[in-house]
Parts: sequence; C-alpha cells; structure tokens
Amino acid sequence: MATNILMPALSPTMEEGKLAKWLVKEGDTVKSGTILAEIETDKATMEFEAVDEGKIGKILVPEGTEGVKVNAPIAILLDEGEKADAVPSTLAPKADIPAAMKDIGAAVKQAAAPAAAAPAAKASGDGKRVFASPLAKRIAASKGIDISALAGTGPRGRIVKSDIENAKPGAKPAAAAPASAAGGGIPGVAPLPDARLLYPAGSYEEIPHDNMRKAIAKRLTSAKTLIPHYYLTVDCNLNALMAVREKMNAAAPKGKDKVPAYKLSVNDFIMKASAMALMKHPDVNASWTDTAILKHKDADVGVAVALDFGLITPIIFKAQTKGLVEISNEVKTLAGLAKEKKLKPSQYEGGGFSVSNLGMYGIKNFTSIINPPQSCIIAVGAGEERPIVVNGKIEIATVMTVTMSADHRVVDGGAGAKFLQTLKQFIEEPASMLL
Amino acid sequence: MSDSYDVIVVGGGPGGYVCAIRCAQLGLKTAVVERDRMGGICLNWGCIPTKALLRSSEIWHLMHRLNEFGFSADNFKFDIAKIVSRSRAVSKQLSDGVGFLMKKHKITVIPGEAKLAGKGKLTVTKDGKTSDVLAKNIVLATGARARTLPGLEPDGKLVWTYREAMVPDSFPKSLLVVGSGAIGIEFASFYRTLGSDVTVVEVLDRVMPVEDEEISTMAAKAFTKQGMKLKLGTTVTELKRGADNVTCTLKAKDGKTEQVTVDRVILAMGIVGNVENIGLEAAGIKVEKTHVVAGKYGETGVDGVWAIGDLVGGPWLAHKAMHEGVIVAEKIAGVKGVHPLNTSNVAGCTYCWPQVASVGLTEAKAKETGRKIKVGKFPFIGNGKAIALGEAEGLIKTVFDAETGELLGAHMIGAEVTELIQGYVIAKTGELTDQELAHTIFPHPTLSEMMHEAVLAADGAALHI
Repeated sequence: MATNILMPALSPTMEEGKLAKWLVKEGDTVKSGTILAEIETDKATMEFEAVDEGKIGKILVPEGTEGVKVNAPIAILLDEGEKADAVPSTLAPKADIPAAMKDIGAAVKQAAAPAAAAPAAKASGDGKRVFASPLAKRIAASKGIDISALAGTGPRGRIVKSDIENAKPGAKPAAAAPASAAGGGIPGVAPLPDARLLYPAGSYEEIPHDNMRKAIAKRLTSAKTLIPHYYLTVDCNLNALMAVREKMNAAAPKGKDKVPAYKLSVNDFIMKASAMALMKHPDVNASWTDTAILKHKDADVGVAVALDFGLITPIIFKAQTKGLVEISNEVKTLAGLAKEKKLKPSQYEGGGFSVSNLGMYGIKNFTSIINPPQSCIIAVGAGEERPIVVNGKIEIATVMTVTMSADHRVVDGGAGAKFLQTLKQFIEEPASMLL
Repeated sequence: MSDSYDVIVVGGGPGGYVCAIRCAQLGLKTAVVERDRMGGICLNWGCIPTKALLRSSEIWHLMHRLNEFGFSADNFKFDIAKIVSRSRAVSKQLSDGVGFLMKKHKITVIPGEAKLAGKGKLTVTKDGKTSDVLAKNIVLATGARARTLPGLEPDGKLVWTYREAMVPDSFPKSLLVVGSGAIGIEFASFYRTLGSDVTVVEVLDRVMPVEDEEISTMAAKAFTKQGMKLKLGTTVTELKRGADNVTCTLKAKDGKTEQVTVDRVILAMGIVGNVENIGLEAAGIKVEKTHVVAGKYGETGVDGVWAIGDLVGGPWLAHKAMHEGVIVAEKIAGVKGVHPLNTSNVAGCTYCWPQVASVGLTEAKAKETGRKIKVGKFPFIGNGKAIALGEAEGLIKTVFDAETGELLGAHMIGAEVTELIQGYVIAKTGELTDQELAHTIFPHPTLSEMMHEAVLAADGAALHI
C-alpha cells in the first residue's frame, strides 16, 4: 500500500526546513537506510534516510523548497508492484489516515506558533494582546507582516484578512505604525527603515536570507534585546601556558606519516580552563527561566566557529571530564562538520557556556553577545607580547585579554568576577588545573 | 402640518422592518410605510408559508415510511385545503408578530404606497387619498416580484407565480415548473412529494445552477429518483391555455421541441426589483436591470435616501436584506465601525427534499480565482445520526485555500443542511481557518459531525470514512 514519506523533524525544536536536495528520483527502489534527501534546517544540513523499503512513486515537494513543515508529505512510497501513475498527487484519504492526521497536528502546531508569537512581540512593548482573526494571523505570518504594527478594522479593532491584504510586507507596516520598532515592537522607538530605500536601485546586490542568516538575526536580536548583558575584562599572562603547550606539542607521538597525533592550540587550553572554572563556579554554569535558574551539572562548553556563510557554536559536552587532547580533537571534528553544514542539532543545542576567540585575526579585545540559553560567553583576544610590570620592573610577557559577557539575571557582578579570577588562574598556571 | 421622522422605511418586508427596529433601538424616530401586510413577501408569500407547506409534504413523505420506523397505518390522506390553511395561519401569526414588534419599538406603521417627493419628503397614497410625510432619512425597501417573460405571463388561474402556487384551490395532478432556482425547486419538491406529476424546465444545463456542480448533480439524481422530470437546457416557447390545463411547448438546446400538457404551470424565472412608482427617476436614483444601484452601505447617491434588500443587488435573500437594514440604520445613526456586507458570507438555503445549503465559492468558482485549493467531502452514509434518522443520503463539501486555510466555500445536500450551514458561516465571518475547524469538538451524535469530517477530509484525515 502506498504511504506518505513525511518531512522529518531533525531536532525537537524544528518546525520547518528546506528540502535542499533529493538523492532519489521517482521510480527509484529504496531500502531502509537509503538516503532519500538532504534537509536543511536553520543550523545544519542533514541526510534523511528511508525507514521502509519500496519504490518512490511520486515526489511531492521539489528540491530547493523552503519552509517545508515537519510531517508534511514530501513523497509517496509505493509497495512492490504498485504503479506510480495510479497514485494521485496526494494520497486518497483512506490510504494513509494516521500519517495525514499527523500532518494536521503539525500544521496546527505551525499555526499556533505565529499566533502565540505575535502577542508576545507586542507584549514586550506595551503588554497588550493583539486581536486578530486566525486567517489574518496566518496570512500575516506567511507574508512576514508584523500584525502588532497594524490597525485592525474588524469588530473592536480586530485585525482581519483585509487589513493584512492592505498591508505590505517589510517596510510598509513599520512605516504605517512608526511606534512599533522593526524586530521588537518597542513603543517610542523609531523603527529601522528598510535599507533598500536609502540606496539607489542597482547599486547593490541583494542576497536573500538563508535559514542560518534568519536564525542568527532572530536569536541574536532576542539575546541582545532581552538579556541584560554586562561585561568583565581581564588580562591573562600566557607565558607559562605557551611553555607547557610547546612541550606538550613537541611530545606528541607521530604516526607513520610523521603527522603528530595532536596539536594543542591556546584555545584548547581556554576550553579546558573554562570547563574547570565552571565546575568551581556553578553559579555561572546556569540558565535563566522565568520561574527558576537551571544550574547545570556538567560543563558543556560551546566554541564559536566562523563559517563562510555564518557562524555556529558546537558544544564540547562534559568538557570537565575530557583531557586537552580529546578536547582539541573534538573541536577540530565539530568545526569540520560545521563547515560542511553537517552538524546535528544535538551537537549545538544547549550548553552552559561559550568561548568565542578572534585572537587569530589579531583582535585585541571585543565583546560577545550571549548565546542563549547560556548565561555567559567569553570573548578571547590575541595573545601578544606586551610590557607588564613585575615587582616594580617592566617585563615582556605574552598577554591575552578576555572579556566575559554575563546575564545579570543569573550571574551577579561578584560571581562573574570570581569566575573570571579562577579562569585567569587556570590559564596563567595550567598546572593548577590538575589540583 | 405633516408628520416628521428621523427615518421612514418604505416597505415592511424583512429588510424594511428590521431596519426600522434597529433605527428605533438607536433612538431614531421611525416609521414604516407598507401597502399590504407587515413582513413583506418573506413572511406572507415566500420563505415562511412555503416552509409550512414543505413541512406538510415532509410529513407526508415520512408517512410512507411508517413501516420502516415500526408503525403501521393505512388509508391516510391529505387535505390540500388544510395544508394551505395551516400555511396561511403560520404567516398570519408571524405577520402579526411583526406588527407587535413595531408597537414595542414605538415605530409608526403608515399604510399605503409611498413615493419620493423631494428632499426629505414622501407622498403616501392610501385608497386614493394622499398625504405627505417628512423624514431626514428615507430607506427604500420595496422588494421584488416574480419575473415574467413575453408569452410566459401568469394569469393567476392556470399559469401561476409563487403567490398562487402557495394557495392552490385544488391539488394539480400535473405541473410544469419553469425555473429550477430555489423558488421553483421548492414548489416542485412540495407538489411532487404530495403526488403531482412534476416537470421542471431549466434553461441552463443543471438544476439549481448557482450551487456547486457536484451538489447540483446529486440533487438532480435525487429528484429524478423521486419521479420528477427534469428538462435541462430547455426553454418554454409557448403556453397554450385550455379550459383547465395548459399545453406547453418545450424547446431543447438541440432545437427539438416537445409538448407537455399539464394542469398548472408555475413560473419561477427569477425576480425583478420593485422600482416603479416610487419616484426614483425624479429623485435621480440610478436603476440598472430593475434594481437600484446602491453603495456598499446602501447609499443611493441622493442625500438622505438609502436602498436595501431585493430592491438593490443580490443575493436576493431575506437574511441579506435584514443585514443591510441593520447596516443602513447604524450608518444613519452614526454608529462607528459599521462594516459593509460581504456577499461571500451570505448562505443560500433551499428547502426542497433533500435540502441544499451553501455559502461562499463553489469548487469551480474557487478554481477560477487561480489559487491552490483543497476540497473535503463527507457523505451522510458515514454519519451515525444521519443513519439513525433514516436520512443517509447527502454530502457535505468544503473548499479551502490550500495555502492560507481560508474557508472559501461550503456546500451541502441532505437532511437539515439548512440548519447546519450557519456553522460554516460563523467560521467564514470570524475568519477561522481549517485548523480552528479541525480543532473544534463537534458534539456526537449529530449531523454537524459531518461538517467536521468534511474539514478533516480536505487534508485526507476524515475519521469515519
């Protein structure tokens, strides 16, 4: 019997994704485990495997389609002997009721999301609920119109379909209701104008947002807007660390091809030091919720990886239990996967802390935006020779500036400072991590 | 000194009397001019008395199924005079009720025929006497009447309109109904159920041509099964009146003609607006195809003169007229946030057997709009209550925009669907999508469950089929 192949949920939070590429075509025979397609989420591209065997009867969603809802039918799988041309473009109701029911469930969940999001956006402004018809909400969501910026003409000012149809996506609603800022809706704050209005047409190339760009924009705007950041800066003397690192790397066993088994970077030490410091200061290894602070039991340390097309923060889980070599190799593996868009959500979701290092670009000092649901992130600058004062004398040392961004709701200034003090100690005296 | 009002409504039909009540509620001094009985065609010669007649024919139909339900009786008969007198009594009760509502709201009922006589002024003629009344606002609600065509004129004896068809002095053994819209089909259904040999002539190629094609086809099958003769794509070219019968010449699309001799003919070829003798031309009010051209709030283009109901554009239905009455009343009173009537949210109900009801776009019309649609269908045979009632024939069909989930239309045929359609009307008016409808818990066991299933079916997820 023909069955629907449904859009998979590649992570618990995934609601939709892009069907990046089909790896099978209509008429292909597939077995359990055959890779059917590549699915792109906001963070990664993943392979989607067949669960059942059969023949691909019909591909319902062409490759390159964005915003395919989880559990939406994307293809029809036929049993042996069934004919492809006998299958209608969507399955007859009887053929796959359970699957179709799942579709509805998913669709319902989908619709609920924008509906819930809209009032929330407004609530962050003046705390009032936005009244809009379900149809209006749905059309607004699909057109990217912020309904909180619209004036409703329905009963008691309810926003109805015609209000959405009369609004234009993007700049127009913001212009129509300047009180509501783009991307936040804060009354009294002027919205940012659509940049296109300020440049002559043809003077720029327009690159539509991909899912990662959208995710970065959304998450970081929320993080920077909603989290009360504060910053602590400390200088770390790397003389001892550099010496230890040199010895360790020199001692790395070499394989037959004379490639050493590991090559530790300064960042690997910082990862390890962060993990150890987090175990000493559980106040920092924590996440905010509206009702409680979650203190994490393991030191799951994220590391920001710059990509040509964005950035992502894969996580070294239980870093406190891992040695420098293990951390070093794992970071390399994850960075490699990230560059190929092959990270799984389980490899980048969660975490208790993050390290962002721009030292290799010669950056001296910078501040990072907290990576929710984490509470702290350190921004690591370049290790460079600087004059320092030791016992009243000027000496030269390799010094690195670290600036931590902390969520004040979770980590108060004193707690953040104590953590940074410990981190500095571990970095300056790597051997103390053994204590 | 003439009487002076804030609002005078010309015509006491459903549009007019509702408009008057709403005006009175909003504190306006209001009068209604009515030349006949309050309630207009609807209460006196339309919606209501036909429902009374059709109730009788429904009972007659059920009596023939007594055995199926565990009863036995024989030698039962009907008395057409009693059926008609019950229908008249129902009409009278409701018309009197409207009179009571006028009193309750302190609305003056002025008997007579009114004509616009300059700004803010009407001349009312009653029994040859005229008098003037003054009003800041005049609402024209004079309604409509049956359309006649050359050669197809009613005579009140052999060739009827709805008016005579409603009060037959004897029961016609055979009948030709011209036109298969709501009015024609309801009479055809009434007379056929009581045993008349009924032929329906429809110029278009299907019965109830405004309905969804699938529903129309199902209706045609049901009527044919009941013994009704349907002549589609056919026109009546001649009515030759005999002493007590009429010989009708029918011409099919292919040019073939045939003759049918029947006891009576009912003309139901649509309606024309009552635009004559109310002073429209002198007042400068535009008329197109026998209907007043009105704005979305009933404005006629002449200051202080409004028009509603069958007098203006379609759909020509009492509930649409009533709503327009409310809109105009609120506009006159200066109520804020008045919305124009959205005709795609006006349901149509036909009380033939089986009943037909619909709202919004048909499947074909929805496709014509060029959008991606999805259609859900659920048959009565899959519904427990329908089977328990012994009414297992029928269908409910939904048409959604596949992308936005907007309910574009709903179409129903079967028992009590005229009572069901309002659920979809609420959904359309409230702009609910397929998802809210799918999440609605419909009570079991009811016919309304089919409405739920027809929504689920649009996603291939109907549960009981």
